[in-house]
Amino acid sequence: MFSSMREIVERVESTGLPFWQVVLEEEIEDADTTAELVLERMAERLATMREAVDRGLASDAPSISGLLGGGARRFEEWRRGEGSMLGPFVGKVVARAQATMEVNARMGTIVATPTAGSSGILPAILFSAQDELGLSEEDLVRGLLVAAGVGQVIVARASVSGAAGGCQAETGSAAAMAAAALTAMRGGTPEQVCESVAFTLQGMLGLICDPVAGLVEVPCLTRNVSAAVQAAAASELALAGLRFPIPADEVIDVMGQIGAEMDEKYRETAKGGLAATAAGRRLAASVRWEGPEFENTNAARARDLADAGQAPAPERGDPDG
Amino acid sequence: MSVFDIIGPRMIGPSSSHTAGALRLGLLARGILGRTPERARVGLHGSFATTYRGHGTDRAVAAGLLGMAPDDPRIPGSLSVAREQGLDLAFEPTDLGPDAHPASLAFDLEASGERATMVGASVGGGSVEVTEVNGRQVELTGKYDTLIILARDMPGTTAAVAHLLAAEGVNIAFLEVSREKRGREATMMIEADHAIPDRVVDAIRAFEWVRYVRRLRKVTD
Repeated sequence: MFSSMREIVERVESTGLPFWQVVLEEEIEDADTTAELVLERMAERLATMREAVDRGLASDAPSISGLLGGGARRFEEWRRGEGSMLGPFVGKVVARAQATMEVNARMGTIVATPTAGSSGILPAILFSAQDELGLSEEDLVRGLLVAAGVGQVIVARASVSGAAGGCQAETGSAAAMAAAALTAMRGGTPEQVCESVAFTLQGMLGLICDPVAGLVEVPCLTRNVSAAVQAAAASELALAGLRFPIPADEVIDVMGQIGAEMDEKYRETAKGGLAATAAGRRLAASVRWEGPEFENTNAARARDLADAGQAPAPERGDPDG
Repeated sequence: MSVFDIIGPRMIGPSSSHTAGALRLGLLARGILGRTPERARVGLHGSFATTYRGHGTDRAVAAGLLGMAPDDPRIPGSLSVAREQGLDLAFEPTDLGPDAHPASLAFDLEASGERATMVGASVGGGSVEVTEVNGRQVELTGKYDTLIILARDMPGTTAAVAHLLAAEGVNIAFLEVSREKRGREATMMIEADHAIPDRVVDAIRAFEWVRYVRRLRKVTD
């Protein structure tokens, strides 16, 4: 796998292969596999991603806590009406980013891209671009390979873990991957793919991971929305020929450094940020856990933990309370 | 790091690190015990201690200990399955020290009088790293079928195991042999590029100089 965007671009230049194929060839060599197998498995992942988007847009089912549910569908109706000024592409991106995150939050099946907490972004960009540009499934699979190549570089240089690097490492990475995929699918040059990564990630730097009640719900879902919109804009900045003065690899590096220096309370511990606001703590105390199914088999110990403030209390309650 | 680690896993939500990664650590711990545990104590370090419930970590760990895959639709109800199968499972916050990854789990498992312990971290996107097995420091990622063998420290043991693997067309990706003291007991850790068949494990177990053997199936797809 590649450990810098520069390295991928150099390989594109030396081989004459497109970006997606350079990533594919590297995978074939690393994993001792074939192009057919990789493309087939990627197409399966794409199908799962599509199912999650479709299910999320069609269902009002609540999340495991009851904090979320029905938002994607409600926004989709608004987007189709006369009130929205976002236009079809960005409107769909906003609706679909929510759709996958709602399915994820109710323990449905999703594809982590690169994580479950950031799983709304890449499918939102891919499927909305497909609608606008008439892309084939093959085009989207190639987009997934471009995204995977960017993700590999980020893992090598920084992190995609919220516990290690905050939300910038999760939604920031996902958005950078999505922007790169979009630029490549639209015929952008390898340099423009890199610029897409830089333009996206520079705007996500420093973003903390502060999940209310420790759930992958608030603000994760709406962070997926903002990250996906950031990706859409960044891709077009790059396609328009703009350059970000700091190279993508260095922006990735600084994301990793900021993550390493980030206080623990901002790294998925639910101890800081929105999770620690008065409203956040109220929500945590009122989260609706659904009966014994959510307890340990050793229920007494679970209650002790809750009483000690180590976990949200198991009582039912009004999520808005 | 495969492209399918980035675009994947296909999984039950809500968290790749705290659900899918936790499940994979459970699967590896189950592999080290060698069977479904009857009793499991799981220490939650760092972000696991504060967010395990909201992330479904309890259900994910139970699912892993029961041998389920990250996309198994039974995961949301896995605590019921655990109860039905008589698995006494409890979670407690723990402090593994400042050097531990901020999302780490410590397993202490028992079944049929045997005990196994494991410490591992969920490092992001569903990827995991096991750092300790039965008190020994290790470096395992679960990306390969792995053999853990405890054997008498004597000539020819590594060659004998390598020969069995070669005969089945299994390529060794990583091999580590370590011992506490010459002539006592040596630990062999082998990570393989291919699936390690049951008959290889049985043949290794049959060597009179082998005290313990475990095969951990790779947990990535």
